[in-house]
Amino acid sequence: MARTISYREAINEALAQEMERDQRVIVMGEDNAGGEGSPGEMDAWGGVLGVTKGLYDRFPGRVLDTPISESAFIGAAIGAATRGMRPVAELMFIDFMGVCFDQIFNQAAKFRYMFGGKAVTPVVIRTMYGAGLRAAAQHSQALYPLFTHIPGLKVVVPSSPYEAKGLLIQAIRDDDPVIFCEHKLMYDVTGEVPEESYTIPFGEANIAREGGDVTVVAIGRMVSMAMAAADELAGSGVQCEVIDPRTTSPLDTDTILESVESTGRLVVVDEATPRCNLATDISALVAQEAFGSLRAPIQMVTAPHAPVPFSDALEDLYIPDAQRVANAVKATVDWER
Amino acid sequence: MSQTLPSYAGSGLDDKSLLEAYRIMRTIREFEERVHREFATGEIPGFVHLYAGEEASAVGVCMHLDGRDAIASTHRGHGHCIAKGVDVKAMMAEIYGRQTGSCHGKGGSMHIADLSKGMLGANGIVGGGPPLICGTALAAKLQGTGGVGVAFFGDGASNQGTTLEALNLATVWNLPAVFVAENNGYAEATSSTWSVASDNIADRAAGFGMPGVIIDGFDFFAVYEAAGEAIQRAREGGGPTLIEVKFTRYFGHFEGDQQTYRGDEVARARETLDCLLQFRRRAVDAGHLGTGQLDDIDAEVGTLIDAAVAEARAAPKPTDADLTTDVYVSY
Repeated sequence: MARTISYREAINEALAQEMERDQRVIVMGEDNAGGEGSPGEMDAWGGVLGVTKGLYDRFPGRVLDTPISESAFIGAAIGAATRGMRPVAELMFIDFMGVCFDQIFNQAAKFRYMFGGKAVTPVVIRTMYGAGLRAAAQHSQALYPLFTHIPGLKVVVPSSPYEAKGLLIQAIRDDDPVIFCEHKLMYDVTGEVPEESYTIPFGEANIAREGGDVTVVAIGRMVSMAMAAADELAGSGVQCEVIDPRTTSPLDTDTILESVESTGRLVVVDEATPRCNLATDISALVAQEAFGSLRAPIQMVTAPHAPVPFSDALEDLYIPDAQRVANAVKATVDWER
Repeated sequence: MSQTLPSYAGSGLDDKSLLEAYRIMRTIREFEERVHREFATGEIPGFVHLYAGEEASAVGVCMHLDGRDAIASTHRGHGHCIAKGVDVKAMMAEIYGRQTGSCHGKGGSMHIADLSKGMLGANGIVGGGPPLICGTALAAKLQGTGGVGVAFFGDGASNQGTTLEALNLATVWNLPAVFVAENNGYAEATSSTWSVASDNIADRAAGFGMPGVIIDGFDFFAVYEAAGEAIQRAREGGGPTLIEVKFTRYFGHFEGDQQTYRGDEVARARETLDCLLQFRRRAVDAGHLGTGQLDDIDAEVGTLIDAAVAEARAAPKPTDADLTTDVYVSY
């Protein structure tokens, strides 16, 4: 039975349903409840943007507030995962990865390989990414490419409430370390989400829109930019195939290549800054594997090589929008040797 | 102010346990001395960081641990591995990079681990262990096993932010954890008296709301007693403890280190302070053990280490097929 709920509610529901089903699932992070040690109420926040609200009362002892010490509590989530727990730790802003990255990329990501296949580290790290909230340079980045680069990590970037719930349940059940990247502007976006528990497999892209003229691969919130551009372009007879990879690691290269082999044109839309992001990654892959099918150079639509600005006048220029996607699509269509 | 406990013999350990303690310490010593010699031949790849001289710490602590408990170690991890029961022959094969190694040749000296024995690995990142141990202790607490987590770290790591965060979190969450700062006087080529701002690492304990003790690391019985108290406190829900063990490492930071930054402390330690010498003296003088028994153990350990090296050198290396396996459980 599907009904309309928000991205925030979908994530909360995924957590609640998995915590109900599996006693080993615990939640931890800064103010994931809020109020610890304070004279007022417990569960005062339920997460800075309210995503984990209500879990504290429903699952006593399994929602842990933490001091502001990411290395310690992200490391603790990882250590607990090696001992039979299934922690979902929150790295409040992906921008804070700097203060705990070692525990993620040198410890969790590498245990299985370094220890000869004997480690199982089923930790999920939920984190907020993305620009648009005027939160400025240190609270607005899209750093999933840095995690995608690391062998041993899986990286999930859900584009809708439906994707968010299914992918988070999958992440919690997955036995590898997963970085689950939630776009902070999307929490109030609504969509159809089944009431019951369901999973979406990793490494399986969603073809959000079929079309024969241009393949548009978009990450996370950019999927809706691509869809808006596709609607506009359909009016002038250009049919876009919009692909949402859902997970940047593992990446569903087959679906992308199959589409490009059919359309011959590729646009990749990635909110991350342009050096070594998913746009460069996917473009290079396609250039190597489907060179013969390409009828025009690949176009990448990304943020500029700059920190995220504060002023709304600048931030609105920073984020790729439907118009820029449409322009890129047109560039592939109009291109002549 | 942290307290300095006296060392003593007659710790309540029965003869069987005393023999076991000696055996494990001797095994670590012979293992490290042998790796020191073999490394010089050029046959062992990469880097090794030897624990010789520090045996009383690993053994004095780990003798209190069982299957409920987990430890995290450092780049100088062979001693902790052996003390926690990791197979010696598999360790040697791992150091030689062979497929029969504890990690199938994919980890090496700095990443030897055996999760089935609660050994979360030697760690190539200084300060990498303490946060992980907050996690294992949290798991033990939530699972109600009575288990503890023990983080071994060095004087170098005592300054790393990850360690300090872990100390704070362990108290805030009241975790069944024990933090063992192994102060061997040097973080690589820099002395701990210079790099640690407080007089003692253990002085930091009060700053993190936990008891701190300073122990003579050459004295197995002193370590055993202090560790026993800390581990019992943790098991009973009394929270974490910081134990600072002071001693010296007999070899360099890594094999190949010319150690020009050092004085003559190693010669003095080997002759008069050595933990195995002290143990022998105390256990034999107190009438618990006979010299012959200990000599027999020395011989048995020698045979074991010989076999470990021979088997490691004869073992196959991993193949192409192993290069990209076990990056994930599934992908």
